[in-house]
Amino acid sequence: MYAYDELDRTLLNERVEEFRDQVKRRLSGELTEDEFKMLRLQNGVYLQLHAYMFRVAIPYGTLSSRQLRRLAHVARRYDRGYGHFTTRQNIQFNWIKLAELPDALAALAEVGIHSMQTSGNNTRNVTSDQWAGVAPGEIEDPRIWSELLRQYTTLHPEFSFLPRKFKFAITASAHDRAAIKVHDIGLRLHKNAQGETGFEVLVGGGLGRTPFIAKTIKPFVHGRDLLSYVEAILRVYNQYGRRDNIYKARIKILVHELGVEKFAAEVEEEWRAMGDSALTLDDAVIEEVRSRFSYPIYEKLPHMPEELKKAAHDPVFERWRRNSVFTHKVQGYAIVTLSLKPVGGPPGDATADQMDAIADLADKYSFGEIRVGHEQNLALPHVAKRDLPALFKALDRIGVATPNVNLISDIIACPGLDYCSLANARSIPIAQELTRRFANPETAELIGRLHINISGCINACGHHHVGHIGILGVEKNGEEFYQITIGGRADENAELGVLIGPAVPFGEVADVVEDIVEAYLALRERPDELFVDTVKRLGVEPFRERVYATR
Amino acid sequence: MTSPLEQKIRITGPSIVTANRTFDGAVIYRNASQGWSTDLSEAAIVRTVAEARALLAESVADDIGAVGAYIAPVDINDGGNVKPGNLRELIRQRGVTIELPLSA
Repeated sequence: MYAYDELDRTLLNERVEEFRDQVKRRLSGELTEDEFKMLRLQNGVYLQLHAYMFRVAIPYGTLSSRQLRRLAHVARRYDRGYGHFTTRQNIQFNWIKLAELPDALAALAEVGIHSMQTSGNNTRNVTSDQWAGVAPGEIEDPRIWSELLRQYTTLHPEFSFLPRKFKFAITASAHDRAAIKVHDIGLRLHKNAQGETGFEVLVGGGLGRTPFIAKTIKPFVHGRDLLSYVEAILRVYNQYGRRDNIYKARIKILVHELGVEKFAAEVEEEWRAMGDSALTLDDAVIEEVRSRFSYPIYEKLPHMPEELKKAAHDPVFERWRRNSVFTHKVQGYAIVTLSLKPVGGPPGDATADQMDAIADLADKYSFGEIRVGHEQNLALPHVAKRDLPALFKALDRIGVATPNVNLISDIIACPGLDYCSLANARSIPIAQELTRRFANPETAELIGRLHINISGCINACGHHHVGHIGILGVEKNGEEFYQITIGGRADENAELGVLIGPAVPFGEVADVVEDIVEAYLALRERPDELFVDTVKRLGVEPFRERVYATR
Repeated sequence: MTSPLEQKIRITGPSIVTANRTFDGAVIYRNASQGWSTDLSEAAIVRTVAEARALLAESVADDIGAVGAYIAPVDINDGGNVKPGNLRELIRQRGVTIELPLSA
């Protein structure tokens, strides 16, 4: 966990009071909606179909049990008793009243969380690997650099009015769990030939209307130069990014139109001109931030405790362990993913009671720490393996132990037309139907790793472009239709999916997915050839034939 | 952003003006008494571009009470019952089409 200081607390409290005044003036009519809109957006407040939506940042996906309890309190006191975890390590509340928002913000500020820059044309919540600090083989904890970036970009005057929103993601592992290649700036920590730690810098990734995979503009930037190099990128973007057309305003368009070599050269020139500046991080600053992260004092524990051996005879426990428990960097400990994808449930939602219960379990079994992943699941990052059987029972009781992590029913979905004012079609009911179709855990296990992503419109909040199976809702003559893509992926080998054919109506989506899965099971070379690898090997044609032969 | 009053208005049938209430974001409909109602059946119905433009103008003028006023289509059956004219408006009127997660 990161320990905030007096400066952070003062900043949050001042921000709450500033927003309280702005809300008061809006409600009295002193501020018009046109004047107020940007102010509310800068505090994560949207207006959706039925109500205001309030988006709260969970920087680099790390939460304390105290913070999670406070989120539960906000859900219960100011909303309708639940929250929705998003694909960018935020939580959204869907029914909040504008008049009560300042009090909700104040409650969150007391535990060091906020909604600053979760919307608007500024630098957004810095996201990272939800296994940061505990993943085996990690170069180092990427949250230290995420935190440095968070501090640097928060209320940065030059980057508060960018041409468009701007998103960072950082990973320090070979396997990318932070989807860095679909972010405006993706940073991959690695070591150079001299053994120094630095970043591969990727720019111009993004989904939405015009999807692009990010391109590397510099293979190695030393850690001390991270902020100055990022500033150079943002300056180039701020100077050349288009402000005349919202659809062409993201940095991905600029990189595409300039060409990656030209863009990289512009950044390099800007960076060189900056020279050594106040943005060059000295070791003391990096160490200061590093020192504010506290880590558990782990016990020396056996790799295979007796409790685990005994529980292995229980097939239900064993299925969950196989699916949801992952290797920790410390022997005797494990990372446990909590599935927020119950059969028939809305993906990523958690009730206030579940949040409270998870906070209690984090205190009991995970040193009071919870992580939020971009897949819309939670994780307990430091669980002693001897506690796994007891933890499983507790998680199962509150409905977050569905053994479907990374399987076909672990669906990423945006809120869609049930909530969102931008959506053309519903996402959640499609996800719910698919989880029912593939509810049998044996079938899901037989299929293997398969990510389905659903977006209710081209803005792609459900990241459909990079789903192994991507589903995009569109509207045709007043009816909901869905385009299906296959072969996308969001990891270190990120690719955009390929459209398999004409859009299908709402009622046929689950049938189409079943057809695709049946085709895959028949076509895969071996049981461990993943769906996405079969698509890569064969292309989309066999799947297209299967789906459209009878339609 | 273009003001709703400057946007081209197309009317293909009976229409209403809807918005969200400023203090809580609730869905509201402009009624014939220059006020708002949360009940679609109380909405003022317009059938021509001129009527729609006038209703939208008075709705937008109430910047304190409502946010984002716009014209939306409705269907009126033989019994005179007013129903939303598309899925988006149906969901706005009836609420989400899924069960909300509930704490125990």
